[in-house]
Amino acid sequence: MNALGITAHAIAVSLIQVIAVVLGAPLLVGLMRQVRARMEGRVGGGVLQPWRDTRKLLRKERLDPDGTGPAFRTAPLVGVAVGAVAAGAIPLAATGTALGTSVDLIAVVGLLALSSAWLALAGLDTATAFGGMGASREMTIAALAEPTVLMSVFALSARVGSTNLPAIVAAGAANAGRLASPASLLAAVALAVVVLAETGRLPVDNPSTHLELTMVHEAMVLEYSGPDLALVELGAAMRLTVLLGLWSSLFAPFGIATGTGPGALLLGLAVFAAKTALLGVLLAAGEVFTAKLRLFRVPELLAGSFLLGVLAVAASFFLN
Amino acid sequence: MGLWLAVAGCAGLLAAGSALVLPPRIRVGLVGVVTAVAGAAGAVAGGFALAGHTLTLQAPNPLPLGGVYLRVDALCGVFLAVTGAVVAAAAVYGIGYFREHGSNRAVQAVWPLFALALLLVPIAASVSTLLYAWELMALTSLLLVCSGHGAETRSAGVWYAVMTHLGLVTVLAGLVWLAAAAHTETFAGIAAAAPGISPVVKGFVFALVLAGFGSKAGMVPLHAWLPRAHPEAPSPVSAVMSAAMVNLGVYGLVRVGFDLLHGGSRWWWLTLLLLGAASAVYGIIQAAVASDLKRLLAYSTVENLGLILLAVGAAGVLQDSGQQLLAALALAAGLLHTATHGAFKTLLFLGAGSVLRTTGTRDLDELGGLRTRMPVTSGLFALGALGAAALPGGAGFPSEWLLLQSLIHGRVVPGATVLVMLPVAVGAVALSAGLAVATFVKALGTGFLAKPRSRAAERAREAPAPMLLGMGAAAVACAGFALVPGLAGPALGRAVAASGLAGGQLAGSQIAGRLSALGSTLAPLLVVGAVAALVVVLKGLLRITARAQRRAAVLWDCGAGPLTARMEYTATSFAEPLQRVFDDVLAPESDLDVTPHEESAYLVEKVAYSRAVPDRIEYRLYLPVIHTVRRAGRVAGIVANGSVHRYLGYGFSAVIVLLVALAATR
Amino acid sequence: MRNLARTILSVGKVAEPAPPGPEPAPADLDGRVRALRGSAQVRCVDAGSCNGCEIEIGQAFGPVYDAERYGARIVASPRHADVLLVTGPVTRNMAEPLRRTYEAAAEPKVVVAVGDCAIDCGEFAGAYGVEGAVGDVVPVDLAVPGCPPEPAAIIEALRRVTGR
Repeated sequence: MNALGITAHAIAVSLIQVIAVVLGAPLLVGLMRQVRARMEGRVGGGVLQPWRDTRKLLRKERLDPDGTGPAFRTAPLVGVAVGAVAAGAIPLAATGTALGTSVDLIAVVGLLALSSAWLALAGLDTATAFGGMGASREMTIAALAEPTVLMSVFALSARVGSTNLPAIVAAGAANAGRLASPASLLAAVALAVVVLAETGRLPVDNPSTHLELTMVHEAMVLEYSGPDLALVELGAAMRLTVLLGLWSSLFAPFGIATGTGPGALLLGLAVFAAKTALLGVLLAAGEVFTAKLRLFRVPELLAGSFLLGVLAVAASFFLN
Repeated sequence: MGLWLAVAGCAGLLAAGSALVLPPRIRVGLVGVVTAVAGAAGAVAGGFALAGHTLTLQAPNPLPLGGVYLRVDALCGVFLAVTGAVVAAAAVYGIGYFREHGSNRAVQAVWPLFALALLLVPIAASVSTLLYAWELMALTSLLLVCSGHGAETRSAGVWYAVMTHLGLVTVLAGLVWLAAAAHTETFAGIAAAAPGISPVVKGFVFALVLAGFGSKAGMVPLHAWLPRAHPEAPSPVSAVMSAAMVNLGVYGLVRVGFDLLHGGSRWWWLTLLLLGAASAVYGIIQAAVASDLKRLLAYSTVENLGLILLAVGAAGVLQDSGQQLLAALALAAGLLHTATHGAFKTLLFLGAGSVLRTTGTRDLDELGGLRTRMPVTSGLFALGALGAAALPGGAGFPSEWLLLQSLIHGRVVPGATVLVMLPVAVGAVALSAGLAVATFVKALGTGFLAKPRSRAAERAREAPAPMLLGMGAAAVACAGFALVPGLAGPALGRAVAASGLAGGQLAGSQIAGRLSALGSTLAPLLVVGAVAALVVVLKGLLRITARAQRRAAVLWDCGAGPLTARMEYTATSFAEPLQRVFDDVLAPESDLDVTPHEESAYLVEKVAYSRAVPDRIEYRLYLPVIHTVRRAGRVAGIVANGSVHRYLGYGFSAVIVLLVALAATR
Repeated sequence: MRNLARTILSVGKVAEPAPPGPEPAPADLDGRVRALRGSAQVRCVDAGSCNGCEIEIGQAFGPVYDAERYGARIVASPRHADVLLVTGPVTRNMAEPLRRTYEAAAEPKVVVAVGDCAIDCGEFAGAYGVEGAVGDVVPVDLAVPGCPPEPAAIIEALRRVTGR
């Protein structure tokens, strides 16, 4: 136990979570693609296909497009680094994470915004129209999603008295009745919409589109190739995993290890994997039935989620 | 500490005097160095004040209408330290900047006087001293704003002159009324007599003071001078105005509201909170669609000052409800944000000044590609933009975090109005934070990255050493606030205690160390350190697993043709989705002019399209007021028509009426 | 939405069973195939075709033939691609874009000429707007003859690249 209050157990928890997220994120993407393929009547490439893609990309040539600079080269690294720090801070398998008392919910939200902003700068750095377009759209959506996020943070942390994630998750795990309260349910729906917006899934953005006019995230990364592209895709997958994990830890913290035993930790890890897989399957199945929203309708969707966030705050004040 | 203040004063006067006397070759350099010394001495004095020392100075007789009373305590210390540091950085920068523009005697003489006035306002301890210092500040800044050439500068000068003097009149009315009610003009005396003043009088005084100091702080709707005056001033002056002068409006509100009037009633602070929230949101919306770099930064100042006013308002509301610790925390968040805003806004304005000096344009739609031509300036601007966007690793993040903590825990406050206001406040902070990220990605991405969009941007060269040194100093302050804000904890605690709020020391301990605020904790150094370490590790891993060399490749242009700079996204196009979303607030005007060929209406010879986003509050609020004043002036012109005989007649009849009235009432 | 759900449940899997294979890759391709091993991102370039081959490629990636099960996926940018599926005789206006697309892709890359027009200009040989066959503009590694080739033939070529 050192001055920062980080125990060896906490470091182990964080490391295990980071490794699980790094290894499991491409598997989650593969699972979602497989679910979509099966529902469309196809066979699909298999759950391991994203790992094959990453292995191949790491072996490819590295390119240096003319005119791009440090922002372009460092954005993939920052994306993965932020995903790893978030995975080390958010209580996914156990509540006692090493960074849990140093990185609270507002800081996690800020870190994810930092990686989006950096990728947007990389898109602008390419000096192509696609990069600028992707950056502009991504920043607009991120800016309009921020009020909803902080409102939900407000609703969740006001009752617990802290914005530190271990405290919020432990309070939810200890008192299951609270999870079914109106404030929690409203915040859950509001944050679900924000997770869709932040990770670039339908109906906000189509991750597998080839039409540039419909792209948001994809447009910023059209210039990447080889290992840089592998890191960008890994970063996006980790972001999806971390956000789904955060959502499940906040609103369905069943099975998260609250003590320090290794058995509880392994159980927590298994439950986290199962919950994230389930959420991914539900998301992919939902995407089959959804079409992408027109870009200028997305602010309406986000405004609706903001309204739900405000109602969640009101419920947490008045309906205890 | 008195010694440092004396050094600051002497250095300032020496600089002003020497500017009048020295030959041009050494004028700029010497004035810059001595003004920097004055600023640094002021900052050191502020540091001593924050460490707990106080100083009182009285000289009852030198000026007409009252003596000179000075008092330095920890609250003054915050503003002294911020102002002094900003002035020092801007003065060093000015050594390089003023060599080309503004090296004439007038500007060089007024520049140190402006710095002195800014250092004098926070330490004034009587109504007349404050008003003298305030007017000195207004006059010197006006002269500096008007030092440029062109119609825009003249218009900005007129707007600034009128609004700052109207603010002065309002502040004067409020403070003189307060002094009359308290029968004394020293702050100590007023504070002692305040409990005996009727609440109605206090309410009117606060309303007047809110209007006057709020206008100086750029509070909506009295902000119209800010986006006009700040861009037109020379860049070091803009930096000092945005990062140091506007803070004095906040100082005035805190001093009068908490110290002199002892808190007052809740509606004062609710009004301040709402106006602060409106300023924050309106300011950042306007900044998001601005394509003039300095106008963008000026509106960002409106936004940040709105957040600070929101914090001060929240502190008042919380104190009124008995939540001492939360109130102290909110005020500490506001003061911390004053300091961090000072750091990153200085950096941003100085960077914008470097760009303006070398390219000749402030228009983001014409800039670009400065990253290769001005690498150090671009890197420092990026650090400032990170701070302004309030992202982790930026200077603005800890203070916004602290503000959110004080609002979130405010749930325990009873009362329906407060329970409605708090979510509104959190929503406003959140929206302004999100839009700030978009705004500064735009400013940095379109202004500095990619390729130059015009000849002007191609001509850019790196700034000379003094300018980089000034920017570097501000950058060090930004990095310090971003990584170890806890070091400011004890100082902020003392400042809050000095402002009249109880619970100050407790608030200070909540900030020291790891930014622990009532159960939530944050360690910015650890966050940034973890991300940076992982980036380095990943880079190393990549070098091992992937091939080391990169092949140079042409940008992917869909194969069709050479990519020109005209095909890049401009700042206007970047902000277009946001402008559409906030169409009702912004009400942009667009004009389309099609000139057909003289031979046939179906052939088009020329198409001209222009779009502008005016300040809607100006249209809706100021123009009607200006029209009314004009009409009133025309009506008054009937009475005062210029005839000397008529004026003599007025005077004569006024004397007769007065004599009759005196006789009748004897 | 209920109709769609009912259709999904009633139709089930549409993909035909995978034919045996794949054939081993030719010798000069072997190194690249080993590097790609199991994953091939595909960029389709229409260098001037009549769209017949595009329709067949679309069917190859559709539910019945499902090229994705062999590791192939269509991507939006040649920077992301390993395989360039080029169709049509190369018209004069598309010669330079095709060269640039080839340059934009990172090594290792494979060029597959799909259809008779891509291999030797087919129907349009000698026409005034045609620059030449794909092989005259960029080096071709695999050819899929046919006018248009069946989706099964296109899939076979892709399987030789991915090795699955």
